[in-house]
Amino acid sequence: MTTVAAKPATMAQALGRAMRDAMAEDPSVHVMGEDVGTLGGVFRITDGLAKEFGEDRCTDTPLAEAGILGAAVGMAMYGLRPVVEMQFDAFAYPAFEQLISHVAKMRNRTRGAMPLPITIRVPYGGGIGGVEHHSDSSEAYYVATPGLTVVTPATVEDAYGLLRASIASDDPVVFLEPKRLYWSKADWSPEAPAAVPGIGKALVRRSGTSATLITYGPSLPVCMEAAEAAREEGWDLEVVDLRSLVPFDEETVVASVRRTGRAVVVHESGGFGGPGAEIAARVTERCFHHLEAPVLRVTGFDIPYPPPMLEKHHLPGVDRILDTVARLQWEN
Amino acid sequence: MTVQELPGAGASHRSTPPPAWRPRTDAAPLLPDPEPYRVLGTPAADRLDPELMRRCYAELVRGRRYNAQATALTRQGRLAVYPSTVGQEACEIAAALVLEEQDWLFPSYRDTLAAVARGLDPVQALTLLRGDWHTGYDPREHRIAPLSTPLATQLPHAVGLAHAARLRGDDVVALAMVGDGGTSEGDFHEAMNFAAVWQAPVVFLVQNNGFAISVPLAKQTAAPTLAHKAVGYGMPGRLVDGNDIAAMHEVLSEAVRRARSGGGPTMIEAVTYRIEAHTNADDATRYRGDAEVAAWKAHDPVDLLERELTARGLLDEAGIQAAKDAAETMAAALRDGMNAEPVLDPMDLFGHVYAEQTGRLREQAAMLRAELDAAEQDAAEQEEEDPS
Repeated sequence: MTTVAAKPATMAQALGRAMRDAMAEDPSVHVMGEDVGTLGGVFRITDGLAKEFGEDRCTDTPLAEAGILGAAVGMAMYGLRPVVEMQFDAFAYPAFEQLISHVAKMRNRTRGAMPLPITIRVPYGGGIGGVEHHSDSSEAYYVATPGLTVVTPATVEDAYGLLRASIASDDPVVFLEPKRLYWSKADWSPEAPAAVPGIGKALVRRSGTSATLITYGPSLPVCMEAAEAAREEGWDLEVVDLRSLVPFDEETVVASVRRTGRAVVVHESGGFGGPGAEIAARVTERCFHHLEAPVLRVTGFDIPYPPPMLEKHHLPGVDRILDTVARLQWEN
Repeated sequence: MTVQELPGAGASHRSTPPPAWRPRTDAAPLLPDPEPYRVLGTPAADRLDPELMRRCYAELVRGRRYNAQATALTRQGRLAVYPSTVGQEACEIAAALVLEEQDWLFPSYRDTLAAVARGLDPVQALTLLRGDWHTGYDPREHRIAPLSTPLATQLPHAVGLAHAARLRGDDVVALAMVGDGGTSEGDFHEAMNFAAVWQAPVVFLVQNNGFAISVPLAKQTAAPTLAHKAVGYGMPGRLVDGNDIAAMHEVLSEAVRRARSGGGPTMIEAVTYRIEAHTNADDATRYRGDAEVAAWKAHDPVDLLERELTARGLLDEAGIQAAKDAAETMAAALRDGMNAEPVLDPMDLFGHVYAEQTGRLREQAAMLRAELDAAEQDAAEQEEEDPS
């Protein structure tokens, strides 16, 4: 057995490597979008792909998101596996009709005769000082659309593993990339990528006994930091990383909350109608007799994404999570 | 220094020339002729292919009968809705006839007749409109995309499919159909632009039937013709009489040939008219006058061809009768098929959402299963109590 030394790698590098390896293994995988070719993407995620595989496999398209995704539908209908980049969260909105009316429904409307294996990469979320339209957390729209698989990595290993799994999936996958974690690093080797569970499995990132923090994507590191800080307050927090919003791994979440008896859901997107509302409802339904307190949520405010100089007040941070955890000390 | 001379300005400064298999230049002129192209009733009709025209005639008669039967089925409640193509049959038939077996058709919700003319079973073609399932056929088997209800959204699919086929080295052309209203949608623009930039083997057929439900063309666009829109994308635009099947067949064939030989996309505006209302739910008398409809009825696609062929001795009474008989046979089969109650399995609701059912869907499927079982048991008990 050869051992490959793991070196520090960023999430951005792992994502690029996932596409590279998928393209090398399967000639039907095509990467397309605005700026993905010569420039390598505005975040350099697709750097080198056009050079290695040619412009027919990694294509700079005209600037038109509905056209990009619509063309990808036709390519998938012909048997290709397009990987589409939407560049920034809010730039995906022009493509919503294609996404909702066609991408999500094609398998269903053809009774399974026409599956669409399309991966839609959407860099999402705030915390990078982006101006308006560059920091939205739009996962609520995606998870509310039947037919879409919605995943979001929070670690370098998952960035690689989940993107490989998404490209291999016979269903369309909205792959939400937490852009403020693009430069987060881990010891990781593309030659021997760690085996991580595929789509639909949540992971307990930190074991604890006092309460469960349920989170995903950009909020995972914040929750891990909050869990460390909570030790000083005498709280031993468990942290569950959902990894996949649809399908939602209810069993891992429920098992954790039944152990700890308390739960807080943490995400950047707004609370009203956000994924946390659904998760809190499901946890309440299935863990009612195990709960010592209501399921609470720490989310972004229910406001349009704020200007960058104010975003720190909007994004769920360690203090807000700790304050909410303190409220789990429930008294009637 | 003019703007054109600045670095980066204009086509001559493209950093990467397109690959050799995507020639950018084509001898075809971009600007459409000012008048719709016609063959029937003109000297050009001298070169008609008798066999092809007799086939076109039979298909037109069958298409007219199909429209009548489908409309009758809506009155009987067998179809939820039917968007008629009476008056537009020449466009529908020509679109189907110019394609080779390996080519793909991308129809809009109004284009069931084109799908039927391409060979799709008439009952399968109407599944969407009957309401038992959204698409009643396997698109890959027939190379007919699902009938698209959202306007113009199927056009980028046609571009993507044609592009993919070209990348694979396959000889495939995609023909995408859209109405005049659909040309106002963003997806129309994006599809035309992608097709031209990629030089994809696609033909866009716009059926300008005068109205987008109730809105006339003059309120839809300020362009001189819809065919003019092609120029801005860098592809030829053709204006053709959509009721003249000989002209339609010629212009569409030429566009398909160009696409097949690597000459890129073409946009064709077929000027035609929707004789009936938008659907059975629409009242066309609110937005147009009888005189206008009568004028178009005098320019009927079936009559135009019948007159030409009869005058030239290419069609006789026996030929006309044979076409009518074949149409009646099709109509009878369609009636039989549509009068048979569709057998539906409610559990199908959960079968085709994901490749692998999610836990949530398994749970909801179990709930429906229990409801169905309970209803069945109730019915059985009812039967026992009251066997009459």
